[in-house]
Amino acid sequence: MMTTDTVKNPRFVAESQTDGEQVDTGLGLSPAKAALKRARGHTGLKIGFGIILLMVFLALFAPWLAPHDPYVQNLPMRLLPPAWVDGGEWRYLLGTDHLGRDYLSRIIYGARISLAIGIGAATVGAIIGVTLGLLAGYFGGWLDQAVNFLVTCQLAIPSLLLIMALVFVIGQSITVVIFVIGATHWVFYLVVTRSATLRLREMDFVAAARSMGCSRFQVAVREVLPNLSNQIMVIFTLEVAIAILSEATLSFLGLGIPSPMPSWGLMIAEGKTSMFFQPWLVVLPGLALFMLVIAVNLLGDGVRDVTVTDRRS
Amino acid sequence: MNTQPLLDIRNLSVEIPTESSTLKAVRGVDLELKRGETLGIVGESGSGKSMTALAMMSLLPPAARRSAACINFDGADLMQASEHDFAVQVRGQRIGMIFQEPMTSLNPVYTIGRQLKETMTLHRKVSESEAEVRAIHLLEKVGLPDPASRLKQYPHELSGGQRQRVMIAMALMNEPELLIADEPTTALDVTIQAQILRLLRDLQQELGMSMILITHDLGVVSRAADKIAVMYAGDIVETGTTEEVLLNPRHPYTQGLLECVPGYRNGALKRLGSIPGIVPSMTGTVQGCAFASRCPRAVDTCRTQTPPSQEISPQRMYVCHDPQETRDWQPSPAPGLSQDMLVSPSQGQTPILSVNSVSCTFSVRRGMFGKRIPLRAMNDISLQVNKGEVLALVGESGCGKTTLTRTIMGLQQPDTGSVVLNGQRIETLPAMQRARMIQPIFQDPYSSLNPRKTIGEIIGKPLAVHKLGSRQEQLAKTYSMMELVGLPRRVFNSYPNQLSGGQRQRAAIGRALIMRPEVVICDEPTSALDVSVQAQILNLLLDLRDELDLTYLFVTHNLSVVQHMADRVAVMYLGEIVECGDRDDVMLNPRHPYTRALMDSALSIAPGEIVPDLGLSGDFPNPMNRPAGCAFNPRCPIAEQVCRERAPAPEIIGSSLVRCWKAQPSSDRPIA
Repeated sequence: MMTTDTVKNPRFVAESQTDGEQVDTGLGLSPAKAALKRARGHTGLKIGFGIILLMVFLALFAPWLAPHDPYVQNLPMRLLPPAWVDGGEWRYLLGTDHLGRDYLSRIIYGARISLAIGIGAATVGAIIGVTLGLLAGYFGGWLDQAVNFLVTCQLAIPSLLLIMALVFVIGQSITVVIFVIGATHWVFYLVVTRSATLRLREMDFVAAARSMGCSRFQVAVREVLPNLSNQIMVIFTLEVAIAILSEATLSFLGLGIPSPMPSWGLMIAEGKTSMFFQPWLVVLPGLALFMLVIAVNLLGDGVRDVTVTDRRS
Repeated sequence: MNTQPLLDIRNLSVEIPTESSTLKAVRGVDLELKRGETLGIVGESGSGKSMTALAMMSLLPPAARRSAACINFDGADLMQASEHDFAVQVRGQRIGMIFQEPMTSLNPVYTIGRQLKETMTLHRKVSESEAEVRAIHLLEKVGLPDPASRLKQYPHELSGGQRQRVMIAMALMNEPELLIADEPTTALDVTIQAQILRLLRDLQQELGMSMILITHDLGVVSRAADKIAVMYAGDIVETGTTEEVLLNPRHPYTQGLLECVPGYRNGALKRLGSIPGIVPSMTGTVQGCAFASRCPRAVDTCRTQTPPSQEISPQRMYVCHDPQETRDWQPSPAPGLSQDMLVSPSQGQTPILSVNSVSCTFSVRRGMFGKRIPLRAMNDISLQVNKGEVLALVGESGCGKTTLTRTIMGLQQPDTGSVVLNGQRIETLPAMQRARMIQPIFQDPYSSLNPRKTIGEIIGKPLAVHKLGSRQEQLAKTYSMMELVGLPRRVFNSYPNQLSGGQRQRAAIGRALIMRPEVVICDEPTSALDVSVQAQILNLLLDLRDELDLTYLFVTHNLSVVQHMADRVAVMYLGEIVECGDRDDVMLNPRHPYTRALMDSALSIAPGEIVPDLGLSGDFPNPMNRPAGCAFNPRCPIAEQVCRERAPAPEIIGSSLVRCWKAQPSSDRPIA
């Protein structure tokens, strides 16, 4: 009986073991260990992490995993449906596109670009938005007004026009696309960071840090910034999806990644024309995108849950 | 006269289901209230006081379950009333309620007049104009000047005290038979508190209302209530008349609470009594006495058997196994203020910190294009703090205490004047060097600790910032500081919100002291804490002062704390120090009329006595609209022509510094 009990309740075992540790050091679990312990019991986090790991794996090893060359056109075999549908062929597991290119291979290769753009652009945006928001919120005064003016400009200029102009001037490449999308998607970060910073800077722990001799810059980065991580994480998960879709728009206009390279956004854009007759052309990359966004969300929520400090343990 | 009680509650329970278990917020409370009587319910936070009131009013949170044998109100059982009947016929109509937070309990988007009239027109068939007449009448009665024009004002145009008066007027619109006041004065300044309590008492006598006064302040309840119910962990542990309960408490919890109050029973003691631990959350089945884990007299029976209720008289009851020692509590006579046994008199005369005629004016702009209005936060302030002493800085909110402490810590530049710390001007000191000499302890331990850092990180942070010693040495120092402030090692890796309020304040004290500063600025360090925890923290601060040879500047509005802690007292009003001198001089022989009013407003525990009339008129003025002449003249009971024309200069009278035209050289005012 005992053995089945312990097998059924692995968490119980883990907890009682760590309780033992606690007694040994007398300090309680260190924050990192406590977070790791909670992460092990967090299903959402594990699923999200698993999906992202899988996608990264696909992206890294695409040349070995893809059954076909994603660029080779095979016009006689164009617009084949997935293998399990009538008229499908097992050689082309997920069918082919309008140029006869293997859809599975393109989705696997597409993971490279979509992951890079989604996570890259969201990170670039976060760096710009959080930095400006922290500066504006914490220091206030003319800096705040300058940043607010910048936001107004950013909101007033049609971002697509701006992106088009930038891409024309700088040239077309993945790096450019990442930076251009990032540079036009930071307003969310800024607004949220700024308002949260305005609230936090009035807290006594900021005054305490100042009175122990920290500079204002140290206070902003070491005391205020860690308290913004939850909000930043939420926006990050949203921005990943937004960035991937903006890339599709850009690609559709011929301004995204250079042509034969596959990306999920571009595949959706291309498949749109024949959506009613060959729905898989939209559904499959859409599904991949959906999985990525869900995974980022789960991961974000999970990281928040395991690092969250406002609950009694 | 009707002898039937107005309110009769039998076996009232409130349960709140939580994720894992059911929280028993109220456990079988019996209450009885006659017409015209005032019942005070006292207890620490978490004891179920407010839940009891909300249960009576059917205002519990949606998840909560209420059960009771009966809630008889004037002969009708409220348990039987439907929600609709209750809302229409009872709540706001026959039972009025006043909440704690006047800042949030009025709707900001409607005028005062509309909100007042609505309470009446909702319940009765009255015309708009009849309601308005009543509203004006009541506003006048609660002491708001110019009531007719007030009706058109919005809540943000009124001060906290004025809003609380409006709340009271609103509760009285329908002439309720019972008024429930849940901490009605906790958020207000002491002088306003005295006014509101007097107002409630006068109105009650005039209207023949019954009142339930919920408070944690034993001083308030001793002056305002006829009888007292002491609540602990959802149950009433002792009831009786105010005098009996406070002068001859039988339950160890009541006795413990009384011992925690500075200046009440512990005159001869150097340290306050305290109740260890916090109020437990009652879940599952309860075994034994809920207080057993914190009770100094608990015996084995207390932990296993539910204590019986011991009835002394029909009105007097306490729930305890009553181990023999319980009876031994003898009230020592409350010490007169002249007994100076708490703190040794001035330790030395070398000033470690001196503030020399500091002034500071902010300019506040209304709106983007509005005119800049000067706000004089500090006006010619001079103070000296001697090494090893405790200087208490007393004043109401808005008087400039915070600006002064920020200036002393070098976080705020004064316009004129200087702050000299250990012979060096504070603004010439580099931030790092300053931090080793002076450190703050803040009021709210929930805001002063970064929620994202562990307790170990927080306490050790100053060492890391100043790069003092190796990592190992820093850790060792952090451990020993935690021990010094009484924090167990196992919270080293906990986050602040896993700790209780008292523990958090201990961590904040540890952080302030780890650099071994010479001067510590305590900004209301206990006002956010329960009285039992307050006692622990005050004791700790006194112990640490002796051990580490500290000097405190103690900012507070609680005069019993001042009496317990301070060597000298400085009283601040509207950016000026109006009186400053030795504690006994200032507290026993106040020379400034404001100081006198403040001392009168301190409600020590004195059953049978009433809340004194302070003689102050009006509210604390808006600092942006400073009166001409002496800043205190509009409220001063003894103001004369000269006070309205010229501002008085500070003058030395005896050992005190007083800023008043009318200061008496030596007061023959009898000691209260």
